[in-house]
Amino acid sequence: MSRKIVGPFNRVEGDLEVQLDIQDNQVQNAWVVSPLYRGFEQILHGKDPYDALVYTPRICGICSVSQSVATARALANAQGLNIAPNGSIATNLILANENVADHLTHFYLFFMPDFARDIYTDKNWFNMASDRFKAVTGSAAKEILPARAEFLHLMGLLAGKWPHSLAIQPGGTTRSIAIQEKIRIQSILFNFQRFLEQSLFADKLENINAISNKEALDNWLEKQLTLNNPGDFARFLRIAHDLKLEKLGRAGDIFMSYGAYEKNGQHLFQAGVWDKQLSPFDSTAIREDISHSWMDHQIQAVHPYKGVTIPLADKADAYTWCKAPRLDGRVVEVGAMARQMVNGHPLIRDLEQQSGGNVRNRVIARLLEIAQVTMAMQAWIDEIQIKEPYCEHGKMPDETQGFGLVEAARGSLGHWIKVKKGRILNYQIVAPTTWNFSPRDVNGVRGALEQALLNAPVIEGEKNPVAVQHIVRSFDPCMVCTVH
Amino acid sequence: MSKHPKNLVWLQSGGCGGCSMSLLCAEGPDVFSMFEGAGINLLWHPSLSEHCDEDFHSMCDDILSGQIKLDILCLEGSVIRGPNGTGGFHRLSGSDKTMMQLIQELAFKAKHVVAVGSCAAYGGITSAGDNPTDSCGLQFEGPLKGGILGENYHSQAQLPVINIAGCPTHPNWITETLVQLAFDEFGENHMDELGRPRSYADHLVHHACPRNEFYEFKASAVNPSDLGCMMEHMGCLGTQAHADCNTRLWNGEGSCLRGGYACINCTAPDFERPTHPFMETPKIAGIPMGLPTDMPKAWFVALASLSKAATPPRLRTNARSDHICIPPGKSAEDKKGEKS
Repeated sequence: MSRKIVGPFNRVEGDLEVQLDIQDNQVQNAWVVSPLYRGFEQILHGKDPYDALVYTPRICGICSVSQSVATARALANAQGLNIAPNGSIATNLILANENVADHLTHFYLFFMPDFARDIYTDKNWFNMASDRFKAVTGSAAKEILPARAEFLHLMGLLAGKWPHSLAIQPGGTTRSIAIQEKIRIQSILFNFQRFLEQSLFADKLENINAISNKEALDNWLEKQLTLNNPGDFARFLRIAHDLKLEKLGRAGDIFMSYGAYEKNGQHLFQAGVWDKQLSPFDSTAIREDISHSWMDHQIQAVHPYKGVTIPLADKADAYTWCKAPRLDGRVVEVGAMARQMVNGHPLIRDLEQQSGGNVRNRVIARLLEIAQVTMAMQAWIDEIQIKEPYCEHGKMPDETQGFGLVEAARGSLGHWIKVKKGRILNYQIVAPTTWNFSPRDVNGVRGALEQALLNAPVIEGEKNPVAVQHIVRSFDPCMVCTVH
Repeated sequence: MSKHPKNLVWLQSGGCGGCSMSLLCAEGPDVFSMFEGAGINLLWHPSLSEHCDEDFHSMCDDILSGQIKLDILCLEGSVIRGPNGTGGFHRLSGSDKTMMQLIQELAFKAKHVVAVGSCAAYGGITSAGDNPTDSCGLQFEGPLKGGILGENYHSQAQLPVINIAGCPTHPNWITETLVQLAFDEFGENHMDELGRPRSYADHLVHHACPRNEFYEFKASAVNPSDLGCMMEHMGCLGTQAHADCNTRLWNGEGSCLRGGYACINCTAPDFERPTHPFMETPKIAGIPMGLPTDMPKAWFVALASLSKAATPPRLRTNARSDHICIPPGKSAEDKKGEKS
C-alpha cells in the first residue's frame, strides 16, 4: 500500500488536496482535504443583518450570485418579506447567467483540458482533444472567453457587475430596466444561443432538450460524428465512450436538490431527494457533523441553526476544515446531475438507471442544463413588466431567524441566520461542495467524493493519476465555498 | 511588443478567486490573447493551468534555485498568518509548507510582485470583523505599511508591491498593469501612495456617475431600486472612492451605481470594516459624515442646502421612483394628462 498526496489540485475553484491509498493499481482509500480556512461565519457575527449582502458573495468569486441569493432569501424569510414579481424574474436571470457561465467555464477551462494531457497521446482522438481543449492554448478557449464575456453583459445590465453585486436584495433587485435594456438582454441571449448551437452542440437547443434516453443519445452522437465539425458535446461523448467514463467515480447515488429558479412558489427544477425513488426535501433533516473537521465546540451533529464555527487547528483525527453535512444521516450528492435526477430529466434518469452517478453522467447533466436554462432565460425576460416594481421593502425585526436555499451551479447552497438585538447572532453556511467533498462523519462514513474515488484505476508509473483528476473535476468543486 | 517572454506565476490564498473570474471577463481581446500579445508566459495559474501537484512543486523549486526566472508574481487573496502566527489556516496542498511561507520565498525571487485585489493588497474582506485568520496584505495591513513583506520590501526590479486593489478588480486594471510590466513601462511614478496603479486610481467612482444630476440637486434615493443619488441615505462612497468604474464600465455597460446600489469604496484599505452598516449613510445632525473628496465642509453644507431648495419637482419625484416618472422638460401635471 502506498500513500499518495495529490495537491495543489488545480482547475478547481480554490484549494484542494486529495490523499489516496493505492494498491494493485487501484485507489483503496481516500481522504479529501480542504486546506484553507477563512472564517466567514465568524466575520458575520455581530454585523448588521443586511451587511451579509456585502460579505457572503465574497465567499466565492465563481458562485458569488448564488451566495447573494441565499443571503437575500434568508433575510426575506427572517422578516416575512415577499419579492416583487419583476425582482423575482431578474434574480432568476442573474442567477441563471452565473450558473450557465459557470457550467461553460467548468466544461471548457477546468474539465476538458485533462484529455489533452500527454498520457493520452496514443489515443486516436488525442490530436482533436489537444488542438481544441489544451489548457490556455487550445482553440476552444479563444472562442469561449469572448462568448462567455458577452453573455455576462447581462450582469452589467441587471446586476451592475459580476462577481460581487449588491443588486440582489430580499425584496427583489435594485436595477429597474427599461425597454432598451430588455431588448439588449433579449439580443444577448439570442446570440448566446447561437454560440451554443454552433460550438457546443452543433445542433438546435430544442433537439438537445428532446434527447430522452441513452439510445437516442447514441443515435444523436452517431449523426454528429459524421459532421465535418461536430459539437464539443459530441467530442466529449466520443472521448467518454472510449475511456468508459461511465464506469468512473460512482458515489452513493443519493441525489438532493433544494429546487432551482423559484417564481410564484414554483421551481423550474423541483426540490426533492432521489434515493432510488423521489421523496420530498425537508431542510430540518440537515445536520452538520464536525467529528473529522478541525472544528471545536460541537458535541454532536447539529442543524445549521444551532451550528457553531470555532476552528481548532490541532484536533486529533481531523483532516480538513470542511464540516460533514448529512441529510437524515445520509451522504447525498448535489449538482446538476442531482437536480436533473430529482426533476426527472428522462435522459439523465435513464443514464443513472444504467450506470449511476459517474464522471460522464455528471458532465452530460451540466451540458443539458446549459441548453434548458438558456431557453428558460429567454422566456423569463419576455415576462418582465418594465413599469412594475422591482423591489419590495421591509423592516428587519430585532429578534428573528430565517433561512435561504438556492441551487448554485455546483449544487445546493443554504444560509441560516439568527438575529438578536438587530445584529447577526449566528450565521451558518452549507455550500454545495461541503456536501460533495465532506470528510467522514462520526460513524466513519465517507463523503461523496471519498466514495467516488474508491477503486479508481491508477496506471502503472503514473505520477498524477488521471482517473482521479477526472473524478474530482466531474463534481465541479468549489473549495472556497466549501470551507468559507 | 516585449522581446523576451515574461514568466508569470499566479497564486491564490485568503480570497474568493473573484479577481480571476473577473479577469476571464476581459474583452477586446480576451485575457489569453492579451498575454500572448504582450509576451506573458503563464507559468502557473490555479484555475487555468494544465499541470498540478508535483509539477507545481518542482516549478517552485526551480524558481527558488534560480533555474526558472520569475518576472511577475501575482497573489490573489490575503496572506493568512493565523493561527498564532503559524500560517496553518492555509497549508499549501501537497506539502508541509504554509502558503505564507511560499509567498515570502517567491516574493524575494520575483522581478515584480503584484497584489491582485484588495485582499492581497491590504487584507480585504478576509480580514474583516475580528480578522479570525489574522490576514494581512503583501505590503500593507489595512492602511498601514508593513504586511507580510514589510515596509522596506522591494522586488528585484526595485519596486514595492503593486496593489491592484478592488473587490473584485476590473479585468482591465489587471491586464493593463501586467502588460505595462511586461513592456518594462511601469515605474514607481505610476503608483499612488497606497501602491495602486494611478491609471485607474487617479479617478473617482463619482466621475460619469449617471446619477450626477440627482447628486447636484441632492435628490436622494431612500430605498433600493430608487433612481436618486445614493450618497445621502444609502451609504454610497462614490465621491470618495478612487477608481474609474463609471468611465470604464463593467461587464459591458455596468457599474455598482448603474446597477442601483452604493459604491462601498472597495479599492480602499479597510473598506471591509465600516463603522456603520454598508448600505446606510452615517450622519451628524443630518449631514453625511463622509464628504466628497477635496470638498470643504462648510462649502458642501451651503451648496447642499442651496441645491435642495432648488431641486426641480422632476428630480424629487424621479429620485424616489424605480423608473423615470417625469421626463426632462415635463411637469408632474403633464404626466397626469398623459395617463388619463
